[in-house]
Amino acid sequence: MSDKTGTLAIARIVGRVRQAGPALVFGFLFLALWESAVRGFDLKPYFLAAPSKIFEQFVKNASRIWEASAVSGGNALIGLLVGTVLGVAMSFVLSRYKFLGELITPLAIALNAIPIFVLVAVLNNMYSITSEIPRRVMVTLVVYFIVLVNVAKGLTQVRSTHVELMKSYAASDFQILRKVRVPNAVPFLFTALKIAAPASVITAFVSEYFGGLQNGLGSRITSNIANAKNAAAWAYVLGACLLGLAFYIVSIILESVTRRGEAK
Amino acid sequence: MSALEVLAASKIFNQGTTKQVDALVDVSLTVQPGEFVSLIGPSGCGKSTLLRLIANLLEPTTGSVSVNKKTAAQARLDQDYGMAFQQAGLFDWRTVSKNIELPLELKGWEKSRRETRAKEMLELVKLPEFADLYPWQLSGGMQQRIAIARALASHPPLLLMDEPFGALDEMTREYMQGELLRICGETSTTVVFVTHSIPEAVYLSNRVVVMSPRPGRITKVIEVGLGATRNEDTRAAEGFFKGITAVREALRGTHAEHAAANAVRGVEDR
Repeated sequence: MSDKTGTLAIARIVGRVRQAGPALVFGFLFLALWESAVRGFDLKPYFLAAPSKIFEQFVKNASRIWEASAVSGGNALIGLLVGTVLGVAMSFVLSRYKFLGELITPLAIALNAIPIFVLVAVLNNMYSITSEIPRRVMVTLVVYFIVLVNVAKGLTQVRSTHVELMKSYAASDFQILRKVRVPNAVPFLFTALKIAAPASVITAFVSEYFGGLQNGLGSRITSNIANAKNAAAWAYVLGACLLGLAFYIVSIILESVTRRGEAK
Repeated sequence: MSALEVLAASKIFNQGTTKQVDALVDVSLTVQPGEFVSLIGPSGCGKSTLLRLIANLLEPTTGSVSVNKKTAAQARLDQDYGMAFQQAGLFDWRTVSKNIELPLELKGWEKSRRETRAKEMLELVKLPEFADLYPWQLSGGMQQRIAIARALASHPPLLLMDEPFGALDEMTREYMQGELLRICGETSTTVVFVTHSIPEAVYLSNRVVVMSPRPGRITKVIEVGLGATRNEDTRAAEGFFKGITAVREALRGTHAEHAAANAVRGVEDR
């Protein structure tokens, strides 16, 4: 039995690698093309840095990139957690009192229509510019709306057959919430997190472009560009990519763990 | 002593507005314990509305409904009936066994008692080996059998079914009809069954209630004399065809009445 599951696990990994193969090959080809273009056309480093130089800078600055990642990543994580908790809480309130939804939806649409980052400048004014709070509030806001919209959908869009069935069992509203609406909303929450996790990292970076502390990945990218250290700036961009990926992968793993045994 | 009694019940939606619909007008129906009664008629004849009045999912505008000698509302609170719909309506996040246990959970049964009953029900619908699978791993017919097991889990005296086999293919459908008769026979459950299919209504029922639309009402009640035991030979028996003809003529009658307004729609002649 365990032998069989072991073989199955290996077969699955081999299958994954085989699936990922073409993408890996394409990635290497892309990097090779980039490298040879920089060398072949003798492109200046301030125009475009070669991948080899970027990697060199990445290794050289590894500890500083790590520190900056911890700052930006920390802001993103705090905003993600607070935004998710608030978003879930609010979605319960909205699904219970429909008229509140009608009040809040236009505000949500309005907030989503403006490039929300401009609020960072306002928040920087409200708090000291040596504070991480404006960035965390910014991430919280972005995550909050993504989670709110999706989870509220999951709580309200339940199959009418399920609701009729529960009523035929004389179930109370609370029982319907617990046994139908909440389980129905779980996949919606993870869809929201899959969108919100990378968005939280992006928001944390971009928020740093509006001044304030110079300790995160976003501010390091701008300061390196300002100092004409193009390759170093790219190294921080690479760090930003890896951080965003890490958030995304964690959200997918969380989803697959909690959705075991369910239909895709 | 009747299993359920509908007395001069009417259901009018959007009363007093321009969108007023007389879904049911002055309907009376008495069903005896152990009886199998089908409701048949074209779309809009109020058969599903009547079923929902009996289930107390809707309140009658006038008239009364009693189930098991109680008001329909009390019968619902006491889970005196089980219900099955066209969609099996199983919960994707619950295993087959946990789906069957749901009504028992809501009744406050303890775990071991629920599990024992779920096992019995799975034996009854002949799917004991599927307890720990999830609904999406089952075929449509199997899902519907689980839905029936769930509806009967608390051993209610009455089973209400709203086109439960409507989404199944013909072969599965005939098999399910046989299974339903066997299960209801073994549990001596009274059944009210909404269908679009004439042969299905005749094969299953002691009585077929023919309804007509605008306004929704009962036009004829046909006794089917096929006896207690029905099997595959029944489908070739003379009584079966006689029943089909009688129901068809009753439906034609309603058709002729409304031919000018609207043709009979949604009645499958199979």
